[in-house]
Amino acid sequence: MAETAAPKAPPDERVVSVGPLARLLTRPDIGALVGAIAVFFAFGYFARAVNWLGDPAIAAGWTDQAAQYGIVAVPVALLMIGGEFDLSAGVMIGSSGLLLGYLTTFQNLNIWPAMVLVLLFGLTIGFINGLTVIRTKLPSFIVTLATFFILQGVNAAGTLKLTGQTAIQNIDSASGFNTAHKIFAGDLTHYAFKVKVLWWIGLTLIGAWLLAKSRFGNWIYASGGDPNAARNVGVPVARTKILLFMMTSATAALMGIIEALELRSMQAGEGIGLEFIFIICAVVGGCLLTGGFGSVIGTFFGAAMLGMVQLGIVDAQWDSNWTFTFQGGILFAAVLLNTWIRSRAQRAR
Amino acid sequence: MTVAHLLETDHISKYYGNVVALNDISTYVDSGEVTCILGDNGAGKSSFIKILSGVHRQDDGRLLVDGEPVEFASPRDARAKGIATVYQDLAMVPLMSIWRNFFLGAEPRKGYGPFQWFDAAKAKEVVRRELSEMGIDIRDPDQTVGTLSGGERQSVAIARAVYFGARVLILDEPTSALGVKQAGVVLKYILQARERGVAVIFITHNPHHAYPVGDRFVILNRGQSLGTYEKSQIDREELVRLMAGGRELAELEHELEAIKLEV
Repeated sequence: MAETAAPKAPPDERVVSVGPLARLLTRPDIGALVGAIAVFFAFGYFARAVNWLGDPAIAAGWTDQAAQYGIVAVPVALLMIGGEFDLSAGVMIGSSGLLLGYLTTFQNLNIWPAMVLVLLFGLTIGFINGLTVIRTKLPSFIVTLATFFILQGVNAAGTLKLTGQTAIQNIDSASGFNTAHKIFAGDLTHYAFKVKVLWWIGLTLIGAWLLAKSRFGNWIYASGGDPNAARNVGVPVARTKILLFMMTSATAALMGIIEALELRSMQAGEGIGLEFIFIICAVVGGCLLTGGFGSVIGTFFGAAMLGMVQLGIVDAQWDSNWTFTFQGGILFAAVLLNTWIRSRAQRAR
Repeated sequence: MTVAHLLETDHISKYYGNVVALNDISTYVDSGEVTCILGDNGAGKSSFIKILSGVHRQDDGRLLVDGEPVEFASPRDARAKGIATVYQDLAMVPLMSIWRNFFLGAEPRKGYGPFQWFDAAKAKEVVRRELSEMGIDIRDPDQTVGTLSGGERQSVAIARAVYFGARVLILDEPTSALGVKQAGVVLKYILQARERGVAVIFITHNPHHAYPVGDRFVILNRGQSLGTYEKSQIDREELVRLMAGGRELAELEHELEAIKLEV
């Protein structure tokens, strides 16, 4: 700040020094970090009987759960910052896993080309979501709710018609399964930590880099913050949003692949309900429902928090039905905190 | 033959169906000058800007840049000719920092092939330099635009247009939503831009804002030009009177008197 230190005494613009704490409080991800640490130590107390704080196996458990939430929450957060929702992100996990099962067990495809096709399917659904939202100018909430229900029906009816059951089994009979399992769904050598956790961390870093350091990231902020202004200065808002929808659906497809490989079978109802968990992660991470503001790193902590709650309630030997209540409470607290932080970021001087 | 002006409108008219939005408007602006377009609501100011900035095309007359007739198919064409428009909504995103906003849509990049990133260090440095050259004192380019006052935002928008090579700067009512002091700040930056050799077209309904900075005044009323005046040809009172439409103002005063008497 040396170059601005010269006092020029502007007649009507005053200079206020902003302390480091106040500056920190305009960041969207701090709340999520503080919350995750608080939840971690809370269960450290309530679940002390199972050595919550010290046992690596416990940590492996909740990080596995957190990764399941956090992987898809990364693009969901970017999409929310871009001003849109995707309620079909949960059901897409089921659709993609089922498609992988169908391609490998019914079409006898090798697992690798099957995975490529599943990812292409994800990109296609995302493209359809995005294009529909852009063309019709309908709220993405409604458009992706429709996709959600359409896919839910297809998943259930299709699985029943193919198998006569509610699941596709024996995905591990596919050729190439073992290598794919190792890369996407295996255990890391120590403490039974899942490879999935590395995917979660990796995708978070990529997402955070995209948002903070790339031109595309600037466009995401602008498309969500003020699409008209963005268009006026030449930002391709439609393209940005469609790409975000495609990233979201493709990442959900990746999650479907991971689950299918991990479970070796896929239930028709898999993934349903997770769409809201992803949104909670993003909101806890500081993403505003109105777009234009948020953090991928914060979303990471949000997913960690929800993963800990999910497993912590079991480890503390509470009735696991309380999980929903906790999730709701966390969401509520996060929304209040975000509103406050946003007003500081926008108006505080 | 006359000299070629930087930007000139030659008997421009615009119709919307059977409505005459602009009729036979001729004026010009040159480098280092401020041409003010004055008019009340519905006078045709917006139509005029939209023609200059390439959003609409005129139905009659010619638009000339450097003496050459031009046809703008889109705002992009106008920008390519160095005509930048700062709209009332400013084209800035309140929740984004100043440096992100400044380069929005024209981000400087570093790196190779697909691995290119937004050169934030350069962006921040340029923002700091450009703003201080315009005499705008920004404490921190990381501040969100939402924390700036209306006048500061306008100033940043003007600095941005100047930085991106605007030869002609079209300002759409930049002072209308501002308080007296803030408006003064913006007027100062209009003069700064002029000093840097930019041609400024300043659209306003406020003759008190136009008079101190303008070199030339075009008064619009219901799509008609009430005349173009060089600063030497007109004083402030006359401008105010023309702007208010002398006779109409007298009528209004009369009506208001009548209402007061009734009450």
